Amino acid sequence: MSQPVMVSGPISPPKSKNSRWTYLDNVRRHPGPFTGETFNSSEEAVSLMDNLKVLVIGAGGLGCEILKNLALSGFKQIHVIDMDTIDVSNLNRQFLFRASDVGSSKAEVAARFVEKRVRGVSITPHNCKIQDKDDDFYMQFNIIVCGLDSVEARRWINSTLVNLVDDENEDSLKPLIDGGTEGFKGQSRVVFPTITSCIECQLDMHAPRAAVPLCTLATIPRQPEHCVEWAHIIAWEQENPFPTLDNDDPEHITWLYKKALARAQEFNIQGVTYSLTQGVVKNIIPAIASTNAIIAASCCNEAFKIATQTNPSLGMAENYMYYTGNDGIYSYTFEHLKKDDCPVCGNLARDIEVDPNFTLQEFIDSLAERAEAQLKKPSIRADRTLYMQSPPSLEEQTRPNLVKKMGELVGNGDEIGVTDPSLGAVNFKYKVKFSREFRGAVVKENID
Amino acid sequence: MTDIIIDQTPPILHNPSDKEKKYDRQLRLWAASGQQALEDAHILLLNSGSGAVGIETLKNLVLPGIGKFTIADEAIVDEADLGVNFFLEESSLGKLRSECCTKLLQELNPDVKGDWFPHEQGETLEHLFGSEQRFTLIMYTLPIEPKKVDLIHKHASKHKIPVISIHSAGFYSYFRIRLPGNFPIVETHPDSTATTDLRLLTPWPELLQFTESLTENIENQSALEHGHIPYVALLLHYLGKWKDIHGSLPATYKEKTAFRDTVAAGARRDNPEGGEENFDEAVAAVLKTTSLPTLPSSVKEVFDYSPSDVRIGTQITREPMLMDYQNQMEASSSFWIIAGAVKQFYTKHGALPLAGSVPDMKAQSTVYVKLQNIYKAKARQDAAEVLKIVRTHPSGKDIPEAEVETFCKNAAFIKVIRGTDTAPLNIQDIANKEFDSDENAALASMPLSLFPIYISLNATSHVAFASSSDILTAISKSIPNAASNSRLVQAAEEVARAKGGELHNISALTGGMAAQEVIKIITKQYIPIDNTCVFDELLDLEAVMRRILEMKGRESYIGGGVAGPDILRSTASA
Ligand SMILES: [Zn+2]
Repeated sequence: MSQPVMVSGPISPPKSKNSRWTYLDNVRRHPGPFTGETFNSSEEAVSLMDNLKVLVIGAGGLGCEILKNLALSGFKQIHVIDMDTIDVSNLNRQFLFRASDVGSSKAEVAARFVEKRVRGVSITPHNCKIQDKDDDFYMQFNIIVCGLDSVEARRWINSTLVNLVDDENEDSLKPLIDGGTEGFKGQSRVVFPTITSCIECQLDMHAPRAAVPLCTLATIPRQPEHCVEWAHIIAWEQENPFPTLDNDDPEHITWLYKKALARAQEFNIQGVTYSLTQGVVKNIIPAIASTNAIIAASCCNEAFKIATQTNPSLGMAENYMYYTGNDGIYSYTFEHLKKDDCPVCGNLARDIEVDPNFTLQEFIDSLAERAEAQLKKPSIRADRTLYMQSPPSLEEQTRPNLVKKMGELVGNGDEIGVTDPSLGAVNFKYKVKFSREFRGAVVKENID
Repeated sequence: MTDIIIDQTPPILHNPSDKEKKYDRQLRLWAASGQQALEDAHILLLNSGSGAVGIETLKNLVLPGIGKFTIADEAIVDEADLGVNFFLEESSLGKLRSECCTKLLQELNPDVKGDWFPHEQGETLEHLFGSEQRFTLIMYTLPIEPKKVDLIHKHASKHKIPVISIHSAGFYSYFRIRLPGNFPIVETHPDSTATTDLRLLTPWPELLQFTESLTENIENQSALEHGHIPYVALLLHYLGKWKDIHGSLPATYKEKTAFRDTVAAGARRDNPEGGEENFDEAVAAVLKTTSLPTLPSSVKEVFDYSPSDVRIGTQITREPMLMDYQNQMEASSSFWIIAGAVKQFYTKHGALPLAGSVPDMKAQSTVYVKLQNIYKAKARQDAAEVLKIVRTHPSGKDIPEAEVETFCKNAAFIKVIRGTDTAPLNIQDIANKEFDSDENAALASMPLSLFPIYISLNATSHVAFASSSDILTAISKSIPNAASNSRLVQAAEEVARAKGGELHNISALTGGMAAQEVIKIITKQYIPIDNTCVFDELLDLEAVMRRILEMKGRESYIGGGVAGPDILRSTASA
């Protein structure tokens, strides 16, 4: 049995004369069966979009797609921020760049390209770090769309936007739309800061890879990755072949590769290659154009729906979309709930199990691996400051505490505060629960 | 010829080539073999309608470096094109759309060849398909004239070319894949958490000797030795002791947890750490290593199927001679010959060939490498046995050894996406089933069927646009009560709202999904969606519906505009 189809002549959709935005207007000027109450199809409502300011964070694989999509969704005022320059390995997916652009600023090249291609759109590039901009800068935008590959940058912008919210001023609430990909998989999510689950609330969904113990690297390597990590962490420190390690300098990677290969030969380990070395050292995540296209378009579709109310957007109920194309196609959308003990948008302390026989240094190290913390440079205070990463004078003053046992510094049930300025206004409130008995302030034994 | 001095140290370095640098991020997914397949591919796009979704799909294929693409499209670029298609510019207005898009797509990657069609006025699709060039895969976008669809499917079925059709309008889209016959995949890239069979219940002599050498006198070993016995050896040691006491290996869940306690009790706890990492690893591995692996269902499906005795249903009536010939061709392909050999191996040994990899575990370097070599040697031995069977097949003598080895390494994860041989289902039946299951889905907060979107979009397959009442009238020809079904009415209204025009975001999203599928089909890696209509150029719902029916909650249709509870219902909340 064949399907019901209608047949007519040559096929081209109807369009109003000379209107570039005919197809957009089909949905902007007409409600559909699912359109909500707030939808307004008037000329004025549609032209409001001309003045909406969108900030795109990241001009990489997702960023290039996002800029293209926003420009073709009717947004006219777009800013893009990215501190990176173009590398040859970007060209397999970052389609706004050509071989001749290698070495130039991503933000600038991307902005120029889309402005030239799509008439009437203004794209302002910012070739700098997101941390270089202040609250006033972020305050000017209506929507923020992120295409980032760094958890730290996501956490920083998230905490900045949560702190920007002023209950007296409804414009201070900036919807944050975030995308991420890895290989054939990806996710997109919408955050209404202070109202719905934020990036920090969701941090434990993206657990960091467990670090290989140092003693494995130093004495009993088994995998090619162990040899690379050894070259990266131990051999480089010992030999200092160049003043500072630059992950993007092929000469530096080659040095590490040679070291790792020699070590692998010593231990009869197979599989050390240049590609593996680079992958481990730079923590490379596989990336392809098609997955970026899916995730970026999903983010921009949400931005479009938030701006136009043409159809219900993600955010207030379902706020997280997961996609994988490894085995067939699978995607699901769900609501991630806001956490009362979120260090950014909540205010309750969360319990933390602490071994009182750990030194403060060991406790700090453990915070890097906890999925819900992932803090690399935390400062810690209890009823007094226990350790501060900066300024240097305070660091020096508090450094002696690092070798003291936790049991000496805090009591069972005490509340401690953990901050990390590199992540913005992230402030962890922890209630200490001792995991075992404190054996007293004895000299630390050498473990392993 | 120059003299080459081979020196053991320093080792020979392989620095990346320019191509490896450019494609680094994707070679990590599909390796050089997948890249070669892409570079050998020539993809034809028949572009139609508002024309963006096909170009977005191609963009995602030009970037990773397909060999060549051809765009067939007679449309002339107008203002509306510039509002939806990124690969057109102001100067394209009034020119041939296929030519303009080809040129701007080609800019993305100088390694890719691009061509357009028609070059001259009056050239028809018959000319294109009549030429010598062969396409690896054909994509076409909807709406499109039915006679073109006919031509595409005739050509594709004659030359066994996969076809993907894509329809994007407003907030909705779908695409369909038609593979020319069964589609076997060896390199499915299972998740890293997929378990590797370590054969601890059926160890071979070398593995047992290795265990004995490490666990002899285990009570009196130094802390260093005891704490570094790899968990494979620990488990084998304690399994041996268990068998000595109980006469058989732990089989029930209760026995296995008791066994786990025995292993845990073996750890020394009088050290600063209060335990031993290798014993922790052993304890954690007990349950997954003490069950005999069952044959995965996808492998069983391969074993149960033999291409030479495929049941031929109603579809054979079209070209019976061709069908027989193709079955023979398929039966003599290397995949089915190796699959047959692996099946024989399995029947004889009760196990698939060993994959040969060993997960990382706490151990001294030399001991771990030794363990790896024991597994590798066994895997090679298994593969050699399979190769021997392969060589006895009349067409098996030319199959490369490496192909057999790759097959054996992946044996537990091979998969065939099969063609269907049953008659097409009745749309009314599908509709009833879909709407019935929706009633249950609503109660269980399961996703609702996307069938209304598909059927509504599909009603506009050959027209520029249609009103919702036109769409419902068309649907009512096969679903008599269509106009009284609220979900059908809503879907028809949403489709009508778009007036046949695409939204760039939805087309970019759909183009990304379709490109992923094209890559999987061309590289024969990862698993494409299961949508297998064999030699069926008629617009046949059955295959598509099978997907909807079997994979509830999986989304081959985008309800991009309506992420709310109506279309994409969540199945989980965190
Ligand atoms: Zn939060």
